[in-house]
Amino acid sequence: MAKIIVITSGKGGVGKTTTSASIATGLAKSGHKTVVIDFDVGLRNLDLIMNCERRVVYDFVNVINEEANLNQALIKDKHVEDLFILPASQTRDKDALTQEGVERVLNELKERFEFIICDSPAGIEHGAQMSLYYADEAIIVTNPEVSSVRDSDRILGILQSKSRRAEMGLEPVKEHLLLTRYNPARAETGEMLCVEDVKDILAIKLLGVIPESTTVLSASNQGVPVILNDESDAGAAYRDAVDRLLGNEREHRFLEVEKKGFFKRMFRG
Amino acid sequence: MSLLDYFKTKKTNTASIAKERLQIIVAHERTKRDQPDYLPQLQQEILDVIRKYVPIDQDQVQVQLDKNGNCSVLELNVTLPD
Repeated sequence: MAKIIVITSGKGGVGKTTTSASIATGLAKSGHKTVVIDFDVGLRNLDLIMNCERRVVYDFVNVINEEANLNQALIKDKHVEDLFILPASQTRDKDALTQEGVERVLNELKERFEFIICDSPAGIEHGAQMSLYYADEAIIVTNPEVSSVRDSDRILGILQSKSRRAEMGLEPVKEHLLLTRYNPARAETGEMLCVEDVKDILAIKLLGVIPESTTVLSASNQGVPVILNDESDAGAAYRDAVDRLLGNEREHRFLEVEKKGFFKRMFRG
Repeated sequence: MSLLDYFKTKKTNTASIAKERLQIIVAHERTKRDQPDYLPQLQQEILDVIRKYVPIDQDQVQVQLDKNGNCSVLELNVTLPD
């Protein structure tokens, strides 16, 4: 049975697209047929993050309007097997995503994939609501910062009242917290909300903590999801998160300041 | 940086302030979350009707909707001036 997972946050710029790219890549790398859909109509960027921007011919809205079929619109990822990308349209018509159209496309994708990752746009408007409506699970991407935490709580409220599962009285959408851009040193000195603080406030299960890392920007510069970088802490944290999503136990890492040895301090700064 | 500066820049724990503020606003917004969208307008219209007869302020009318199982209770609390 295919699983639909929405990557959402309410607030913009917290790492939804970065997370969508890495989680989708990680799931496919673990051998699961995965498709990742960009719901950000008008401001598509997943294609750029996944380095397929020059291969976009047809998009999600073309498929909804039956101007193209799925085979024509799906882009096969070049980094991993079993991964496909469905890019957003650049149209400015934000009502292009009709509920019936989205449902039809998702049903068709369910036949072919194990995981359907929906990259939500920021905000709580139509596009964001469409991206979460059919979700079975939700990954709430949150930064350890007041506005992001508040918006995450708002999105949780919407998941609990406006999703299909909520409206039909089915088992609720499974919620996962993914804390990104985490800086253990600043959390330790009380400059930044710590993992426990955010967990206390949002009261949902922690899927992972992605440490703030320069490798995240260099990954998007190159269009290679950071999860594929074996030397990056952020990449390792995403790999752990994917494992947890697949039901495996993984201890949380990178929550505390790395104790630097004498030599590391002298030579690596 | 002088030694004196080092002691002066001792950082206050702003994360705990953030947590406290968040807990309050999130709790407040959660109570509003389950209310129907028409409640603020209902409150305004009730206020307007009462104002036709008695001069009262916005905060003297409290409208609250409580749910007990399959029964909803609309609680209306109006404080009239002496």
